[in-house]
Amino acid sequence: MIKPDLVCPAGTPAALRDAVDAGADCVYCGFQNATNARNFPGLNFTPDELDRGIAYAHARGAKVLVALNTFPPAGKFELWRQAVDGAVARGADALIVADIGVASYAAEAHPDTRLHLSVQASASSPEAIKYYCREFGVRRVVLPRILTIPEIKAIAQAIPCEIEAFIFGNHGLMLEGRCSLTNYVTGQSTNMDGVCSPAADVKFEPLPDGGMASRLGGHMLDCFGAGDKAGYPTLCKGRYVAPCRSEPYYAFEEPLSLNLAPMLADLIHAGVHAFKIEGRQRSRAYVQKVVAAFREAIDDVSDGRAPRVADLIGLTEGQKQTEGAYKSKRWR
Amino acid sequence: MAPLSGALQRLLARLARKIATDNPSVFDRIGPHVATRFIIDPVNLPIVLYLEPRREAPVLRAYLRSNAPQSDAQIAASLWQLMRMIDGEEDGDAMFFSRDLKVSGNTEAVVALRNALDDLDRPLAEQAAAQFGAVGRGALALARHIAARKPFRGAQP
Repeated sequence: MIKPDLVCPAGTPAALRDAVDAGADCVYCGFQNATNARNFPGLNFTPDELDRGIAYAHARGAKVLVALNTFPPAGKFELWRQAVDGAVARGADALIVADIGVASYAAEAHPDTRLHLSVQASASSPEAIKYYCREFGVRRVVLPRILTIPEIKAIAQAIPCEIEAFIFGNHGLMLEGRCSLTNYVTGQSTNMDGVCSPAADVKFEPLPDGGMASRLGGHMLDCFGAGDKAGYPTLCKGRYVAPCRSEPYYAFEEPLSLNLAPMLADLIHAGVHAFKIEGRQRSRAYVQKVVAAFREAIDDVSDGRAPRVADLIGLTEGQKQTEGAYKSKRWR
Repeated sequence: MAPLSGALQRLLARLARKIATDNPSVFDRIGPHVATRFIIDPVNLPIVLYLEPRREAPVLRAYLRSNAPQSDAQIAASLWQLMRMIDGEEDGDAMFFSRDLKVSGNTEAVVALRNALDDLDRPLAEQAAAQFGAVGRGALALARHIAARKPFRGAQP
């Protein structure tokens, strides 16, 4: 049986150290610019911080994967080229790429560096994945969260690289790398600027009844009652009024999080080589708790025991969780 | 909008300067928001904290809530949860989802401040307490104990 890598998020150097200490096999992180899909204020790593983070991880037997998973706009490729070179020079164990230009540059300039295909590439068929393996030597694909476990198993048997699957965290529109909702409202691109719902365009307004309204770029996303749980202020989690509906409704997705803790053994048997936790935008507290919980659960499964699964509902968006498409195509 | 007077203000001013001196990288993460005027509101106390995280001359003052100055960004939660979030023991997003944390005003500045504080190696409250030796550490333990007591609205066991 494969013992999968536990791949954990780090938005800051402190979170990287916490992830390693909590049992991460790999930590993924990004630079403080548009080269990664969590380009949020106050987040991410300077080159020197990455240096120190990699040293910390390597000294403890963990790997560091650098996310370079956005798509360079025309005329701005140099920033991505610098990021690829910088990450390799600092000893990154793999680069997580999405754009074919970035993948091509990394493969040609640094043929000994592992390339992982980001979920942002949205490669969900053996044909697509084999293309990236053949052309750029991709060694691992991060699968979109739209596949059932039998579909993952079929892909695993048809491709020449490892599979990484999300097991916990944000559960959005499931159009990774192809979602342009934020662009329409803010002019910023999730896929090129690395910002889904840029905080500068987000407003939370207290309502007289104790509730709260959330807005993005002036557009109302939701009105939460005084006792309602909240979600991220993203367009895909908004609750909208429509003529065909008597009540406001979630047109795309409800605020909830993915949690595949009960399905770890099934994923391993399907051929998954690495389990990924989403959440570089989350705090050290989240990283510590989620990584520790899944470290224990994976060790249990690998040792043939029933996994002890800590209750993580308090960390989930909207305080709801789902097994999403992994369990059934009827999840939405 | 005069702040509360006396020893508390001097104490806060001293703490702000010391923490700024000891943690210079925090200002890099706060970035362009070092001049933002934050109100940090422990909702179960009668006071609020006013913060301008200026690199060279940080401002930290206490005001009665009814006398709070104008601000650009506001962060409100129970004292217990604010302390746990600043100490890196509670996740700010989870507090937001559960509605225990309320944010208004300049969201980008709040996100930058949250991420900057989350990267501190040593919890802020402990850094502050360390300024006063054993007395400070004892006072922090007492403050955490009081903050966690049930009678406070929103407090956790």
